[in-house]
Amino acid sequence: MATTTADPALRERAWAVAASVCDPEIPVLSIADLGVLRDIRIENGVVEAIITPTYSGCPAMNMIALEIEVALENAGFAKPKVTTVLSPAWTTDWMTEAGKAKLREYGIAPPVAKAGRRALFGEDQVACPHCGSTETARISEFGSTACKALWRCKACAEPFDYFKCI
Amino acid sequence: MTETPLLQYTLRLADTALVLGHRLSEWVGHSPVIEEDLAFGNMGLDLIGQARSLYSYAGEIEGKGRDEDALAYLRDAPDYRNILLVEQPNGDFAATMVRQLLYAAFAHPYFEALARSKDAMLAAIAAKAVKEMAYHLRHSAEWIIRLGDGTEESHRRAQDALDELWPYSAEMFETDRIERALIEAGVAIDPASLRATWDKTLDHVLNEATLERPRDGYMQSGGRVGRHSEHLGHILAELQFVPRAYPGASW
Repeated sequence: MATTTADPALRERAWAVAASVCDPEIPVLSIADLGVLRDIRIENGVVEAIITPTYSGCPAMNMIALEIEVALENAGFAKPKVTTVLSPAWTTDWMTEAGKAKLREYGIAPPVAKAGRRALFGEDQVACPHCGSTETARISEFGSTACKALWRCKACAEPFDYFKCI
Repeated sequence: MTETPLLQYTLRLADTALVLGHRLSEWVGHSPVIEEDLAFGNMGLDLIGQARSLYSYAGEIEGKGRDEDALAYLRDAPDYRNILLVEQPNGDFAATMVRQLLYAAFAHPYFEALARSKDAMLAAIAAKAVKEMAYHLRHSAEWIIRLGDGTEESHRRAQDALDELWPYSAEMFETDRIERALIEAGVAIDPASLRATWDKTLDHVLNEATLERPRDGYMQSGGRVGRHSEHLGHILAELQFVPRAYPGASW
């Protein structure tokens, strides 16, 4: 995480509050699990949360920013700020292991391995979040939200969402 | 026009992303299958998201207080700087996918290069966009292969679309005085340097699809300096109606 000037305990508390905000589209994941919460800065007593969007057009970002402000206000941090940064660009590599486990439990296959160029023409091998089989096939590159693809399991015949690598 | 080169350049990128994003959004609710409805919605959202970042930056460069909404909703067609390819009508499913392939095969390496721009904001926007365009390229390439190497009818429709849209492909590789200065400064990308990559992608996909690459003949141009086909006016009429009819409306 980047530099801060404030008391580390205060910053830690502000981080914990902001980190409690969940992705409105995948409510089992917090924005810390996702890697969307990048930093907490405190200057002159004002808390600033730094977030980064998953996709350029992710419609959840406004909602997330609003919920961070509300959470910080409720926790006693007056007039908090939320700043969106684009660089470095978000990657699924930032998702925590705990976050991946929560996704799987929720019925969404977590991103496999590293992002990077494999997205181009490489084929992912995705395990079914329901039965664990790797006998799966992609139905569509694009799913119910920008970050997911639609897959199906040939073993248990269930369709499922896959959080794709970027 | 008193736009600086950087402003013009940023608006070209923004307008191209917005107009294509709007075109894809027109499919929502009309796609042949639900999966493609979702795909068009998602791809459109990526492009409109890229456009929003670019417009916000253009507003900053201009420094006259215009925000992303003012730039998207309150400029007329001659002020739009998008390439002509993206304003072409959706046609059938094959035509939309051909247009998407022609653009994505260009935009992916373009943003990859622009991510190394000396302009930090353009580099940041490009670094996000390149990841998104990778999926647009894979999706459209798979569909073109499926359609071209599919039934007699899907092959014919894909080939017709390719022949129809080919004359709009050259504009992507053009540069003019405005961009040359920015290219020399390491801010903009020389699109001619991406031609070989684009050719290779197209040849690979078209070969798999058993489609014939059209011969380069007369090529359309002019969108980036504001000379548009009749289609852009119709797009803007729909896109801009609400903010123009009800200025400052919010909900």
